[in-house]
Amino acid sequence: MLSSILAQVPWQSPTIDYHAIAPEIVLAGGICLIILVDLFTSESRKWITATLTGFVMLGALLPVLTLAVSDVDVRSMFDGRYVVDEYSLTLKALFLVAGYVVVLMSQNHVEEGDYYQGEYYTLLLTSVTGMVMMASSRDLVSIFVALEFLSIPAYMLAAWRKRDRKSNEAGVKYYLLGVFASAVMLYGMSLLYGVTGSTLLSEIGSKLTVEGQFGGVEALAITFVIIGFAFKVSAVPFHSWAPDTYEGAPTPVTAFLSVASKAAGFVALVTLIYVGFPQAKDVWQPFIWVMAAVTMTVGNLLALRQTNIVRMLAYSSISQGGFILMPLAVAGTGDAAGPALQAVIVYLLVYAAMNLGMFAVVIAASRTTRSGEISSFGGLFSYAPALGVLMTIFLASLAGIPPLGGWIAKFSAFRAVLEAGNGWAYAIAVIGAVNSVVAFGYYGNIMREVWMKPAPNGETSAVPTPSSLVAALSITVVGTLLFGILPGTIMRFGDLVDLTGAFGG
Amino acid sequence: MDVLRDQNWVLSVGTFLPLVGVLVMLFIPKADEELSKLVALVTAVATLGVGVYTLTQFDFDQADKLQFFADAEWIKVISSNYTIGLDGMSLPLYFLSMVVTVLVMIYSWNHIPSPGNPKAFLILMLILQTGMAGTFIAQDLILFFVFFEVVLLPMYFMIGVWGGEQRQYASLKFFLYTMFGSALMLVAFIALFFKVRGALPEGVEASFSIPQLAEYGGLLGRSAQIWIFGGMFVGFAVKVPMFPFHTWLPDAHTQAPTQGSVILAAILLKLGTYGFVRIAIPILPEAAKEWAPWIGLLSVIGIIYGALGCLAQTDMKRLIAFSSVAHMGFVMLGISTLTPMGFNAAIFGMVAHGLITGMLFFIAGSVKERYHTLEIARLGGMLKQMPKLGWILGFCAMASLGLPGLAGFWGEFPAILSAYSPAVGLPEETFRTFMVIAALGTVFAAAYLLWLFQRTAFGEPKPEFAGNDHGHGHGAHGDDAHDDDLHDVNIFEWIAWTPFLIAIVVFGVYPQLMFKVIDPAVQVALKAFGG
Repeated sequence: MLSSILAQVPWQSPTIDYHAIAPEIVLAGGICLIILVDLFTSESRKWITATLTGFVMLGALLPVLTLAVSDVDVRSMFDGRYVVDEYSLTLKALFLVAGYVVVLMSQNHVEEGDYYQGEYYTLLLTSVTGMVMMASSRDLVSIFVALEFLSIPAYMLAAWRKRDRKSNEAGVKYYLLGVFASAVMLYGMSLLYGVTGSTLLSEIGSKLTVEGQFGGVEALAITFVIIGFAFKVSAVPFHSWAPDTYEGAPTPVTAFLSVASKAAGFVALVTLIYVGFPQAKDVWQPFIWVMAAVTMTVGNLLALRQTNIVRMLAYSSISQGGFILMPLAVAGTGDAAGPALQAVIVYLLVYAAMNLGMFAVVIAASRTTRSGEISSFGGLFSYAPALGVLMTIFLASLAGIPPLGGWIAKFSAFRAVLEAGNGWAYAIAVIGAVNSVVAFGYYGNIMREVWMKPAPNGETSAVPTPSSLVAALSITVVGTLLFGILPGTIMRFGDLVDLTGAFGG
Repeated sequence: MDVLRDQNWVLSVGTFLPLVGVLVMLFIPKADEELSKLVALVTAVATLGVGVYTLTQFDFDQADKLQFFADAEWIKVISSNYTIGLDGMSLPLYFLSMVVTVLVMIYSWNHIPSPGNPKAFLILMLILQTGMAGTFIAQDLILFFVFFEVVLLPMYFMIGVWGGEQRQYASLKFFLYTMFGSALMLVAFIALFFKVRGALPEGVEASFSIPQLAEYGGLLGRSAQIWIFGGMFVGFAVKVPMFPFHTWLPDAHTQAPTQGSVILAAILLKLGTYGFVRIAIPILPEAAKEWAPWIGLLSVIGIIYGALGCLAQTDMKRLIAFSSVAHMGFVMLGISTLTPMGFNAAIFGMVAHGLITGMLFFIAGSVKERYHTLEIARLGGMLKQMPKLGWILGFCAMASLGLPGLAGFWGEFPAILSAYSPAVGLPEETFRTFMVIAALGTVFAAAYLLWLFQRTAFGEPKPEFAGNDHGHGHGAHGDDAHDDDLHDVNIFEWIAWTPFLIAIVVFGVYPQLMFKVIDPAVQVALKAFGG
């Protein structure tokens, strides 16, 4: 039977643009290389794997850059199921740089913690590969594959501190809820396929409302798919895994999850909304509106109560996620589609810089404090002024205070919302404005510890910060300052034309 | 848009020069305190030098135009530019911010508050200077917002690290109030941009430029204007601070170190009032008319409430802080009349209040340093013990209560007078009532200031501070500290204070010096009211 079907359709090998998928090829080669190198190096020389991973990330960045400057704007493969355009290149660069910074942050942490270095970096690379694929996916199947590709290694990374019960809890929680979310999403996808007869997003987009037909099944399908990604971006009420996972996982992994993994979720969400469901805005707009409002508020309120810095950053990242969702809540209204896309991309880029930086400072400072309690950071400025100032910069940026990167992210989000200009838009803008003030309550609290409290253990000197961590801090702080003072440098990313097929265009 | 572009590098240099000093200071070891102080002072003096040069190059005959105007691309995507310029309204404040920073630096030479670390303290002050100067030259709403916010964090740390007992509470309160205001203000700015863009005539490109918005803001519908004005109102009113939003001020002022209080009083409060005269009212004239009676009402409530608050204080610094609420009430009353006279009075009042109240906070700082307390009941006989400090306090109290011949008078009196005939379209009866209440407020002001002066300066020194009687010392300072501390005005204080005192007299005797600069620009700002 199968052979007869195959006989009817003559098999044609699809044309593959090797330049377009060069980043993925480099990453795949890198994964194999690191497994091999890991096999043949002695325990004392395992640091080589970390260095190599860093090089692979940067190596994959090269083709991204050559693609960005090449004349061909859009490279579409497999009937438009895998597209390399400006939008995906921007995000690929984001994932690779974020991955590189995470490697820098991991180096000493993993080595000193005596973890399995080779495997750690292999999984990290695999996860980044999934993200890079996600940025190009324009098909339900490739989105799903990319999602699992990036998630499954992350489940294992979260549980990396094998002997620590909290880390085990982190991994299991993340895994169970992640799989549950995947299941819900798959169900939604299958419904979508059933309704439209296609898995290609642009086709789904055009068939979803043929002759105005738009029934409950479609609405259900879209809602389910969005819920699936709401788990990934830890939007309230699908956030319950995040704090425990973030707290239990090794800190560099937490940084990775809260930045790269979250960004990947948003990328998928944006692609789905813009390419797949532009006609269905009546379904997703109210849904995302509520989710954005609840996410930023609940995240903030819970963050205020935290005493552990990583848990606080977990809730802060939930709340920041609400701000990233905010422009999407009006993405279908009036002229807001363009600014909303831009706001999301800009926010993701800035957020990556400042949040990774924040985690890097926490890792660096924890080498002295040996604790994750917020109170243990007391007097940081007095014995480690550089770390104190850096932490202040990142916190102020997260709080959205000009002239640091965070403000331009918040600004473009507000701008996109107000562009829509209806009552719903104003309402969420005001909710966002109030929340950005509340957020200072917990960011300011840490600043207060750092600047105004005495050191709890009477420290007078800090444990020196290893050079790789210094590099991570430098990259992130330069990004945070540059984006804030010269916002033009990132505001040109994320134009609506960059996203091929958006709104049927 | 009528602008002069000559030498338009001057303002950028004047604004960002302090940051160069900050960069240099980063490389100075923390232990080398003298060098830190020197570099900071040199930077501030150099900045003031640029300020003086600006003053000499300013064309006073064209004070109505934006001078040294520069317009460079900044954030193209959102149509926001690096647009800067200086006219008669901003010049006095811009220059004042530079003078105050230098004088505060001089004062800091031997007055670094506990817990020390002059390097960090002075770096914060230089960043503050950039933020303050930038706010007064920004002619683009987004740029204005950025500078407006830049002052937040340095001041937060200044209060929180170098402040008094309740510093952490005070600094957080200051920060949250201001941030809440500016969040709504930002939303209002963006909404304004979109609304104006929708109303622009063909061929005009929308931007955040303040002169452009002032030109086309009037095209907006009434209700849109009122809502947007509301957002800005909250942002600016918190900073001023106006009556229901003022509660951060007494805490912040009382807890801040002397230098912080002086800068707060002299410059930071003016960012709010300046926002009204530069942005909110010229851009949204319809809404301004609608809001004016309410602003006037809150102003006179502020005047009376601040005065009553003063009478209830037992702490000298807190009393001065409450007097700020009252004084800013006069400024806002002048603004709310929407008349040239009121605006002139308001801007004069801003500068005068900056000089006088700044001076009073300096005195409070020095009193605290000598007596280790600011409790009015424990002070007394200052004229006997430290006659110079006592007389300077008396002089400033007189200036503050609005004695004719000193600068304070020209901020208060015309403001009250302008309420007699507010702009066309405003309820005359209401404003005349405000006028009467505000006039009553000056009586209260005389009461609390003279009362303060009497109780601290007249009479005999209290036994605990009298002579060499060590046994009566109190608490932690109960050693022979008092004996050494009770010295009269020292050289650093003289250098820092003399310019203030001279300026208070000069502007008091010859107010025209400032009015003639302010007035042309005020006329432009009030174009929409037929002023």
